Amino acid sequence: MGSLNIENVKKSFGQVDVLKGIDLDVADGEFVVFVGPSGCGKSTLLRVIAGLEDATSGRVVIDGRDVSSTPPAKRGIAMVFQTYALYPHLTVKNNMGLGLKQAGTPAAEIDKRVAEASAMLSLEPYLQRRPAELSGGQRQRVAIGRAVVREPSLFLFDEPLSNLDAALRVNTRLEIAQLHRRLRATMIYVTHDQVEAMTLADRIVVLNGGRIEQIGAPMELYNSPANEFVAGFIGSPRMNFIEGARLGESVRTVGVRPEHIAVDPHNGDWKSTVIHAEHLGADTNLYLDCEKAGLITVRLFGVYNAEPGATLYATPDPAHTYRFGQDGRRI
Amino acid sequence: MNRATASLPRSVAAHAILISYTVIALFPVFVILINSFKSRRSIFGAPMMPPTPETFDLVGYRMVLTQGDFLTYFQNSFIVTVASLFFVLLFGAMAAFALSEYRFRGNRLMGLYLALGIMIPIRLGTVAILQMMVASGLVNTLTALILVYTAQGLPLAVFILTEFMSGVSDDLKNAGRIDGLSEYRIFFRLVLPLVRPAMATVAVFTMIPIWNDLWFPLILAPSEATKTVTLGAQMFIGQYVTNWNAVLAALSLAILPVLVLYLIFSRQLIRGITSGAVK
Repeated sequence: MGSLNIENVKKSFGQVDVLKGIDLDVADGEFVVFVGPSGCGKSTLLRVIAGLEDATSGRVVIDGRDVSSTPPAKRGIAMVFQTYALYPHLTVKNNMGLGLKQAGTPAAEIDKRVAEASAMLSLEPYLQRRPAELSGGQRQRVAIGRAVVREPSLFLFDEPLSNLDAALRVNTRLEIAQLHRRLRATMIYVTHDQVEAMTLADRIVVLNGGRIEQIGAPMELYNSPANEFVAGFIGSPRMNFIEGARLGESVRTVGVRPEHIAVDPHNGDWKSTVIHAEHLGADTNLYLDCEKAGLITVRLFGVYNAEPGATLYATPDPAHTYRFGQDGRRI
Repeated sequence: MNRATASLPRSVAAHAILISYTVIALFPVFVILINSFKSRRSIFGAPMMPPTPETFDLVGYRMVLTQGDFLTYFQNSFIVTVASLFFVLLFGAMAAFALSEYRFRGNRLMGLYLALGIMIPIRLGTVAILQMMVASGLVNTLTALILVYTAQGLPLAVFILTEFMSGVSDDLKNAGRIDGLSEYRIFFRLVLPLVRPAMATVAVFTMIPIWNDLWFPLILAPSEATKTVTLGAQMFIGQYVTNWNAVLAALSLAILPVLVLYLIFSRQLIRGITSGAVK
């Protein structure tokens, strides 16, 4: 139904190399998320897959068919954009049906598919409205519906939740997850939000500076990051990185996640002073200044009362301590 | 009115300035209008007075409508203005779309080249234009005027519309491409409606100089059949004697069509001028 192979895709804008050789295979029915900081090339890669940008070199293969020189409309893809990108002059129904109409699908078939998609996304009451009369969440559901009716072999999502407020974001995330389960379609999803990546993905592709840093299942990336960048990018709050020399180790950097550090008022490995405490209810973030390790973040589950200025002892969990060599790779 | 931001002396002063500016701006039009309804003697006797029952006289309008073929002149002016406007907007918008949407070598240079006409008055090329029109046999045709005015209006149109078009969401155009719309459909159906206020702005800025122009009709199309209103009104201005009744009446009549066109565009125009200033 929908596999995707990307072979050594490179993309340059003038002198600037945005993608420096990307290889990726996505299996049928997989949900793959591209994450990375802004400017890492994740959106450009998605546009190359969609055919909205031509790759400078390399091949894009969808369903075993080389589509490198096929226009977007003939690639069997559908795309959902960050800004919804609904046609302002068309009703919801026509917005959803336009792609099929352009492809010459019979009107009865279009009606049937629009009805199915709108039932799936509970858009039935709004079919005759125009986009301007809808709320942000409804608009994004219409945009998703417009993708669904095309029955593409590949769904592409370009930061679809970034323009929604926090509560809607969670709901829409859930809807996308359910949609994937129901349609069993292949989906490629771009985001800079690691929570979306962790919750939605079968596999996450971490991009940085136009290269793939690591590909893996969410927990794989969390538990065994390949390098310092992935370790720092996945997980919130961010992993603490301590210079190896300060701890008397020969490696360049030692990393330990905030949730893998225990604190005790009386004894432990690193004597430290509390700088600030954030109480989030379910957990507490402590910012500590350690004599040995410098400034670190500690995440404790539940409520923990610590006054700024108090002395605490922090102890990292040796089973969850990562060591990175000179080239940033994990040892 | 908001009390926190407005004090009485300040709003009185602001209104006084605005009203006096309005009076100054409208005064010449007002003088033309009142005098066009007066007899020749009272135009010179008391030019500032509105027409009274004794001085009221429609002789100017009678002369304009009977002498010469003013209906044809109006028709010519209208055809030239509307056709030029149409081509300026069409070609200007298409060029602006290409400049803002497609990356190609020399894009910025091409944009600069197309905008160059804003700085160089087209009248500098009058002799060359006239030679060209003679060579192509277009002298004394409305086509000649339409071509010249289209060239005259394009630079500003391309310049303004490029800015507005680059503001149209890329996602929307890309959504159209994925749904299989042609570039022409994307341009006409998705982009043009979104830049309508800018189009209206360009339309007004283009239309008024064309309607008012005397230079090119005089040089390129002075024949009876192709005269425009401004040129037609000139026939009442003689070297020794000027028929002021007729001139004023012709000018008053010439205001009307352009006023109508302006009213059509003005609603859009205000949105065009203020867009970008307020979100």
